Amino acid sequence: MITVLQALNEAMREAMATDERVLFLGEDVLDPYGGAFKVAKGLSTQFPDRVLTTPISEAAITGIATGLALRGMRPVVEIMFGDFLSLAFDQLLNHACKFRWMYNDQVRVPMVVRTPMGGRRGYGPTHSQCTEKHLLGIPGLRVVAVNSLCDPKQLLLNAILCDDEPTLFVEHKLLYLSRLGQSSNPPHFEIIRSNSLFLYPAVSVRIAGAPRAEVTIATYGYMADLVLDAVWRLAMEQEIFVEVIVPTCLSPLDIAPILGSFERTGSLLTVEEGVVSLGWGSEVLSLVAEGTPKGGRFVARRLGARDLPIPSSRPLESAVLPSVQDIFDAAMELVNRQEKNAV
Amino acid sequence: MGDSTAAGLMHEMLRIRLFEEQALEEFSRGRLFGTTHTCIGQEADAVGVIGVLRRSDVVFSNHRGHGHYLAHGGSMHALAAELMGRSTGVSGGLGGSQHLHFPGFYSNGVQGGIVPCAVGMALAEKRRNSGAIIAVFLGDGTLGEGVVYESLNIASLWRLPVLFVVENNRYAQTTPLSANFAGDFSLRFKAFGIDIDELDTTDVIVISKAATLAVSSVRELGAPRAMLLNTYRLSPHSKGDDFRDPAEIEHFRQFDPINLLGARLSHEEYDHALIAARDEVFAAFAQAAKDA
Repeated sequence: MITVLQALNEAMREAMATDERVLFLGEDVLDPYGGAFKVAKGLSTQFPDRVLTTPISEAAITGIATGLALRGMRPVVEIMFGDFLSLAFDQLLNHACKFRWMYNDQVRVPMVVRTPMGGRRGYGPTHSQCTEKHLLGIPGLRVVAVNSLCDPKQLLLNAILCDDEPTLFVEHKLLYLSRLGQSSNPPHFEIIRSNSLFLYPAVSVRIAGAPRAEVTIATYGYMADLVLDAVWRLAMEQEIFVEVIVPTCLSPLDIAPILGSFERTGSLLTVEEGVVSLGWGSEVLSLVAEGTPKGGRFVARRLGARDLPIPSSRPLESAVLPSVQDIFDAAMELVNRQEKNAV
Repeated sequence: MGDSTAAGLMHEMLRIRLFEEQALEEFSRGRLFGTTHTCIGQEADAVGVIGVLRRSDVVFSNHRGHGHYLAHGGSMHALAAELMGRSTGVSGGLGGSQHLHFPGFYSNGVQGGIVPCAVGMALAEKRRNSGAIIAVFLGDGTLGEGVVYESLNIASLWRLPVLFVVENNRYAQTTPLSANFAGDFSLRFKAFGIDIDELDTTDVIVISKAATLAVSSVRELGAPRAMLLNTYRLSPHSKGDDFRDPAEIEHFRQFDPINLLGARLSHEEYDHALIAARDEVFAAFAQAAKDA
């Protein structure tokens, strides 16, 4: 049973072995260190002239990848912590994501920026954020988040080898050691891949054989693991059943799988680890609201981190980030609200 | 690449000069939308440097890029159409003055951000052994951007075939060098191990000769090099926003590159170049105005 980390590492090796145009750039990525979170382990030994360790220059290496892509390469950049994407923001927003459009479709910029994201490791305010929310909704930028329910290797291979758009590939730090197909969640979940023709499928998850779901939870990345823990507790302790939709492509977002589930349950909870205000969940709720007919039931709420920087202390960090209990409580609140409405 | 005789260089510079003058004229008549940054007075930089590049070399230009575009062989009609927002524009009207592309030419309007892109292109060409080099154009104001220094460091560290061309026109928009520039131009490059040629001239022949050496150095050594071209912009930053001392502008008119070179041509040679350029500019804007 391999981990998400091993799957991503395999994807990097396979992508570089498959296509000579794939170059890998990042800080501290050479062996024996192999990158801060080890996704690059072994790569520089296997492909010594195609793995480039760089100075601490996130803007420059993102721009260099853009230049490489414009001239026919398929570069992959590792940004050591997602928090440092702020340094590369101009390169993504005003360069990588603009060229195809503003040059009237004459060029392509096939590049992937991979980065570890998220908290729960005590790294504090500047090494724990989910900064992907700041990069959602940029025309021309794909934002993809890996999870333990999809095939991370295929997801990353698709991004590197098949996608001609600049892509931000988000890897939550706690996912690296998750085992595929056997996450920390209880067994007995039925996982259905939807829109599987796309490079970045969504999955829908429910307890196998469960009665009709009362609540839809839309989530992504590592939060899917916590959501499934909460879903199991809701079923066992409260006999409340939930359908979970986990997209891998956050932006642009295909709302269809979430909307489809919402039409069955009439009740939607979004769960993300990033700060909740003006976040991914806000967009999901908006799209679902826009898709709800007149007189249709719309019971919804968002759950995410409190609107605060992330503290270093373990208990304080736990108080800021959404927990299994928070998900459980939010789902209960939705169900109670539904019942009140019914009365 | 182009005609390197004095008459040929004059023709190239006049194409740019008359194009820019016409662009400003069209603006004042309300036939151009948005903004434009002209390079009147700086034509010798574009013609002198880009004129010695090969067609297979790559130019990455900035917000003041019409001269670079024309010197590298870009279609004048497609540029006029781009400024007018026509679908026949070089970027289909989506890009406008600052966002131009044809094979081998790229531009973007954000200061400094193009420099790492150019360095990445140089890495791609080096890995492909294409023999192509990248010439990237910066202004004095651009040296305020941090990403430029990240890029110089990496270009030197990885020995990439890129020529950094700094056109010091002494102003960052309206702010004079004295209010935004500390230290030394050349030392900024030398600190990263990049040799730099400093030229205090608007003489296109002098610039062309220096560029020939710089370009072959980049090509043969496969390592970066820089040129600092001290020049002067005779036109406003964009359209009417000129707050410089008129006496200062008048002072620099004696270094107008067209006049400098014109003194070395016969009247017949000059007139020939002028008429050819005028006809081309007229036809370019006339066609663009008719386009959808």
